[in-house]
Amino acid sequence: MKGRNAINKSGKKSDRTTKLIGRRDLLKGLATIPVLGAIAYGIYRKKRLYADYRNNILDELNISPLPVKLSAKVNKDKLIRLGIVGFGIRGRDLLRAAGFAEPQWIDDAKKAAKENRLDTTYEDYMHQEDLNVVINGVCDIFDVHAKEGLLAGANINREGSGGKPGPPPKRYLTYKELVSSPDIDAVIVATPDHWHAPVSIEAAKNGKHVYCEKPMTWSVQETYDMAKIIRESGITFQLGHQGVQNEFFSVAKQILDENILGKISLIELTTNRNSPNGAWVYPIHPDANPENIDWAQFIGQAPFHKFSLERFFRWRCWWDYSLGISGDLMTHEYDLMNQLMNIGIPHSAVSSGGIYFFKDGRTVPDVIQTALEYPEEDLTLLYSATLSSEVHRGTIIMGHDASIEIKDGLSVRVEPNSTRFKEKIKKGAINPFIPIYNYIPGQNRIDGIVTPTEQYFAQRGLLYTYRDGKRVDTTFLHIKEWIDSIRSNTQPSCNIHKGFEEAITAHMGAISYRENRKVFWDNDRKIIV
Amino acid sequence: MVKNSLFPQLSDIQTFFLVTLRVFIGWHFLYEGMVKILDPNWSSFEYLMDSKGIFSAMFESLASNPGVLKVVDFMNIWGLILIGSGLILGIFTKFSTISGIILLLLYYFSHPPFLGLEYIMSQEGNYLIVNKTLVETLALAVLYVFPTGHIIGLDRIISKLT
Repeated sequence: MKGRNAINKSGKKSDRTTKLIGRRDLLKGLATIPVLGAIAYGIYRKKRLYADYRNNILDELNISPLPVKLSAKVNKDKLIRLGIVGFGIRGRDLLRAAGFAEPQWIDDAKKAAKENRLDTTYEDYMHQEDLNVVINGVCDIFDVHAKEGLLAGANINREGSGGKPGPPPKRYLTYKELVSSPDIDAVIVATPDHWHAPVSIEAAKNGKHVYCEKPMTWSVQETYDMAKIIRESGITFQLGHQGVQNEFFSVAKQILDENILGKISLIELTTNRNSPNGAWVYPIHPDANPENIDWAQFIGQAPFHKFSLERFFRWRCWWDYSLGISGDLMTHEYDLMNQLMNIGIPHSAVSSGGIYFFKDGRTVPDVIQTALEYPEEDLTLLYSATLSSEVHRGTIIMGHDASIEIKDGLSVRVEPNSTRFKEKIKKGAINPFIPIYNYIPGQNRIDGIVTPTEQYFAQRGLLYTYRDGKRVDTTFLHIKEWIDSIRSNTQPSCNIHKGFEEAITAHMGAISYRENRKVFWDNDRKIIV
Repeated sequence: MVKNSLFPQLSDIQTFFLVTLRVFIGWHFLYEGMVKILDPNWSSFEYLMDSKGIFSAMFESLASNPGVLKVVDFMNIWGLILIGSGLILGIFTKFSTISGIILLLLYYFSHPPFLGLEYIMSQEGNYLIVNKTLVETLALAVLYVFPTGHIIGLDRIISKLT
């Protein structure tokens, strides 16, 4: 029966049959319509399946669909006059977060945006909210950095080189002059660690509000002095742990507050870096010399050492000026947990590690493990860091019923042997082998189920918000919280109370490593033993 | 019966498999379109940003402009739905087939499985030059050469009405 299905398309008008639609034509013409019904039914079933699953999870999680932002509206009318002590690597970040970038930085960011469409650093910065602050003073003991600080402080219109700057801030040769100046309300402290407390204390004594970089202190004794004076002065104090501003923080807080995880016995916190910069081998400025660096002032309370450009630019590598990983990096992770769970100072700390990779004369370790014990809470906080591998391990909060993993996003997994979720797992309402909850930064939604593609991208940090809003710098949010708190006469998230706990914990970790022993916190006498 | 190169004569079994192939490809298109339209957060952003090869700059530029991306998403979703429906129902079959070929070629050239090109988005198989997109494109080309909408499909009724 070859050719039975051919239809004569020629001579439409002359062929009478073309005008007639027979029963056969109708049947064959409409034959595939039921397929549409089948596909519609399939889609309906699939959607219902997912909706059930999602509802099950969201019922359990009881989390508001959007992360809550902390910032309340604050009246910005009153101008806040800032001074900065220390205009090195971090000082630049902080001043930029306050709205004052170096013209050179603007040039570079513009160039980067031109070369790479995806680089929105410049655009993001130009959209950064104006905090109504002014930079009135810059203190840096290296002339080149001080001059760069003045250029940044005068850059009121966020322009590149050749722009129209405002009046430059005053340069101060000593921090004491800066913090006592009547035209300064608040001070940003971005010095090496061994200067954090002296500058902050002096500022507080002068009634200036303080934003201090982490770790809060370099010696144990300073910690008590600084906490006492800052509390008594009533100034607004913020310590530089901006992790609390990260958008998944409020999501993690909700999950923990809802006690989804059950009993938490172990928290693993990690830091992985693998670059000279990450290991504090910062570039040495080619123009730096004993003439333009106030070396005596750099040494301060540290043990004397003859002039050394290495020590000046890479001070984090020596206990003489720094608390090493324990102060620079463990504190970030610890503070985040302390903000989330109010764990406070640990009962004990044990550290081990060594200088395994960067054998460059440093005294601080480049690999360190610190176990912080909380016997009253039946909890161990295990911190593990290396400066010679970039394997990103993230943070895992391990509970009996579920765990939270914070890497590039945040995901919650139910434990296969969870007591709380036993019935739901049995019924198949919850699958312990896929996250029941994913939160991807930059996406304004919370969903029980996220597609593999999205997870894949999130893991690689590629999901910047092109869809919704802009990328915002957490350091900006942290500075903003401080400024807002000054205006509303309140204390921000990383206040002196949290700062004290952070500093003591950092010291416990560092002392344990240096003295090769387990150290304890005597909570009655409030001392490290 | 007139032999016509545009509408070759087909046996029942040939018709059956060609129509089934048409309906299946239509199903695939329509379902892909429906999944996207039912997910309010769906966007081709990640897919386009992961483009590699000679046309990658073009696909990335489509993605990096939010306004353009919206248009691309809209056209993609409705393209899939209309082509899928067209193939299943056998309506405007030739036009649907050609549109499907064009859309698939865009997919193919945004993510060509050429030597040395690695993608972030996971792929479910291993491909060199020929991948499932290209095979589906070719299957549509076959359906273009052996159209069936006027045999089984609404085109049969339409051709009678005109």
